[in-house]
Amino acid sequence: MIALFIRDLRLAVRAGGGFGLALAFFLIVVILVPFGIGPQVELHARVAPGILWVGALLAALLSLDRIFALDHEDGSLPLIATAPIPLEGVSLAKAAAHWVTTGLPLVVVAPVLGVLMNLPPAGFGWLSLSLLLGTPALSMIGTFGAALVVGVRRGGLLMSLLVLPLYVPTLIYGAEVARRGTEGFTVLTPILLLGAISLGSVALLPFAAAAVLRVNLR
Amino acid sequence: MSIWEYANPTKFLKTTQPVMPWITGAGIVAVTVALVWGFFFTPDDFRQGSTVKIIYIHVPAAMMAINAWVMMLVASLIWLIRRHHVSALAAKAMAPIGVSMTLIALATGAIWGQPMWGTWWAWDPRLTSFLILFLFYLGYMALWAAIEDPDTAADLTAILCIVGSVFAVLSRYAASFWNQGLHQGASVITTDKNTEVSSVFYQPLLIAIAGFFLLVLGLLLMRTGTEVRKRRARALLNRATREGV
Repeated sequence: MIALFIRDLRLAVRAGGGFGLALAFFLIVVILVPFGIGPQVELHARVAPGILWVGALLAALLSLDRIFALDHEDGSLPLIATAPIPLEGVSLAKAAAHWVTTGLPLVVVAPVLGVLMNLPPAGFGWLSLSLLLGTPALSMIGTFGAALVVGVRRGGLLMSLLVLPLYVPTLIYGAEVARRGTEGFTVLTPILLLGAISLGSVALLPFAAAAVLRVNLR
Repeated sequence: MSIWEYANPTKFLKTTQPVMPWITGAGIVAVTVALVWGFFFTPDDFRQGSTVKIIYIHVPAAMMAINAWVMMLVASLIWLIRRHHVSALAAKAMAPIGVSMTLIALATGAIWGQPMWGTWWAWDPRLTSFLILFLFYLGYMALWAAIEDPDTAADLTAILCIVGSVFAVLSRYAASFWNQGLHQGASVITTDKNTEVSSVFYQPLLIAIAGFFLLVLGLLLMRTGTEVRKRRARALLNRATREGV
């Protein structure tokens, strides 16, 4: 499992594109939105948590294709499946690699981009914390979605449609933590629920993803 | 004699196809009665005026939209556990019915909401969760359509349906946490007389709900029958190609 995880990390960093793609996309969103909504600073500060969360979600969505599709194309997926680790472990390792290459960088750069969006300084910590708690759920749900469409040619668009409604609860609670934290309200309820979604996804979805992979590799 | 005997496609077709027109017919009659009664023989609401009458379409459609997903969930579980093909095909047949019910509920809700709330759409928990349900249906149908092999498609959509159900419930509560909206609370099946719909409107509404239920059931049997026959035709074609006829 660890070997697979490290292999995926190496591929993402070396093959180019994969690692920087999510970050670049995140940056593009944050640069373009102010042009779209006009130069009112107070407005930026108000919508910043939501925009940053939507940006993070779309950045994660963009890179989901890489999780299984490349391995499926070059034929290494059946080899991985016959390796002596269960498919549940494979999907968990894949999701972890995806999180380290997309979720974690987003957590780190979010405060910097928060500055661009005029996010009040009080919100930086909450924004990073909410992303740290929420992005594992995004990666795990995405891994399930990617496993679903592994056998479908050009399944990218289909996967977006499948994954989008699954992302909604994470987005709602994640943005709520960031917003409430920024405005100085209590964040206990959304933060617990956000953590619950992430833990629940990581605990249960590997089984669903493995079941789906088994069907697809049959 | 157990209920699983109906999992045999031949037995299923033999039993359901003769009753199907009667169920559909009864559904059409009930909906017509309810609509005529509701539109012409009930008074206008003292606050909402005549717009209240859209309730006879809006509420049953919304109920059926949710029931259709629950039925798909049960059918998916049966398919995964007992591998009865009729079950998987019934789930497949239900999705377009469910999506049309969701669409009807969303559309009539918008038409009703415009004069009452002054807006076609609000980001209210009920409305939002229905929009998400609509997306779930679209994804489910798209996945069925995208996969060539019927058994693979049945397996994948069944797992998607189960995962989707969990997240649909989650979205429902996430949305109501996120925003306390405009939509009124439960008023059709309640224990509190004060919040319940007045009995003048209640009686035709119940008939409308029953009618919608029968219609959905009839359509489901019809579409499942079609799916079974399509599967047979496919099997025959495959055999013909193999034997080089």
